[in-house]
Amino acid sequence: MSTSQEINLTVNGEPVSEIVDSRRSLVDFLRDTLELTGSHVGCEHGVCGACTVRVDGAIVRGCLMLAVQADGGTVETIEGISDSGEVADLQEAFHERNALQCGFCSPGMLMAAADLLTRNPGASRGEIRDHIAGNYCRCTGYQAIVDAVEAVGKQRQGGSR
Amino acid sequence: MKPAPFEFVRAASLDETFGAIARFGDDARILAGGQSLMPILNMRLAQPSALIDINGIQELSGIAVVDGKLRIGALTRHAELLTSADVARHAPLLAQAAPHIAHPAIRNRGTIGGSLAHADPAAELPACVLAHDATLNIAGPNGTRAVAAADFFQGIFETALDHGEILTSVDIPPMAGGAVAAFDELARRHGDYAVTGLAAVGSARGGSFAGLRVVFFALADRPVLAANAAAALEGQSDLTDAVRAALADDLADVADDLHTSAATKRHLAGVLLGRVLATIKTEAGR
Repeated sequence: MSTSQEINLTVNGEPVSEIVDSRRSLVDFLRDTLELTGSHVGCEHGVCGACTVRVDGAIVRGCLMLAVQADGGTVETIEGISDSGEVADLQEAFHERNALQCGFCSPGMLMAAADLLTRNPGASRGEIRDHIAGNYCRCTGYQAIVDAVEAVGKQRQGGSR
Repeated sequence: MKPAPFEFVRAASLDETFGAIARFGDDARILAGGQSLMPILNMRLAQPSALIDINGIQELSGIAVVDGKLRIGALTRHAELLTSADVARHAPLLAQAAPHIAHPAIRNRGTIGGSLAHADPAAELPACVLAHDATLNIAGPNGTRAVAAADFFQGIFETALDHGEILTSVDIPPMAGGAVAAFDELARRHGDYAVTGLAAVGSARGGSFAGLRVVFFALADRPVLAANAAAALEGQSDLTDAVRAALADDLADVADDLHTSAATKRHLAGVLLGRVLATIKTEAGR
């Protein structure tokens, strides 16, 4: 019971032990303390999706979770899912189809897309749009992102991209 | 946008929760999913001295049929409402509403208890539990009590919860035989706060409506049970002028808000009612 405390968690497969302020958000902790700056801070109230990370296997808003709440948990960021190769096909498709320009939304987009394709690789364009509706992109106009996700979904189901 | 400093307490039980609330007084806030509370704190619309995290309290979790009713633990995440077979069967409005609640990442953390206790007038779940005629179970330092949904929502962010009490579960009674559920909402973009929404249950035996419970949200400071419209629809097959007049009575207190005029809201309410009634007729006919 304090305004700061020690937390112990796993981040991208590595054990982490740090002392954090109670009010520190998970995404600020990842960025500023662990220097995992792939997750971005946009709106800080949950709507833009730039801060999306995975906690205990589920995508969450890093800006709406406190670092202290991740104590004992498992966190995966874009760095982790990129290094593991989990989203290699999505990353290639994003490049091929120009689904990123400035890249600010991209880590969150990839998190959301990976989440969707894991549970529903055959997702329709409408389902893709619904799923990424919580990730704002100011550059691309979204069509190329939907194209990329749809193409990877088809490929994962045994087709070609 | 960072919150003001606060103490953080992780409560392992309801007793610990009540103890922490007693220690910190009026200044303590309960933290469940945090999907509404953290934006409030980040924007410094509130500056509690302490957050009491209840996410680890086991007795607040779980979905089970108890004495013929579906009991949904307050910590049930919105995402679970989407995948639970019990919810689909016994509380279908919740399953239909859940895809409209924000976005997938929000739904993985946000809880039904939090949504009901927060009582945002634009929220989906308060209207759904009212349409299902639910009972809300509350625990406090002095014991437990149950409050009907009809009495629970008392204004903008205002409920029957006294400070120091927490919602523990929601009981959904069985639906009437032949009754179906229909939900719709209008929002500017998918996942935005509703401009107008409707949660309804009822049957349409032989094409005539019976036993309708019609609840609008995002129209007033709390969900609105359109009792006059439902009564006017009894035995009818369509949205008649008499029903529209009755609906106007039900919505007489609807006022302009920051984004939408009262006239538009009333018009959209009629649009949604038409769509939902059509769904009920189609589904009841299966």
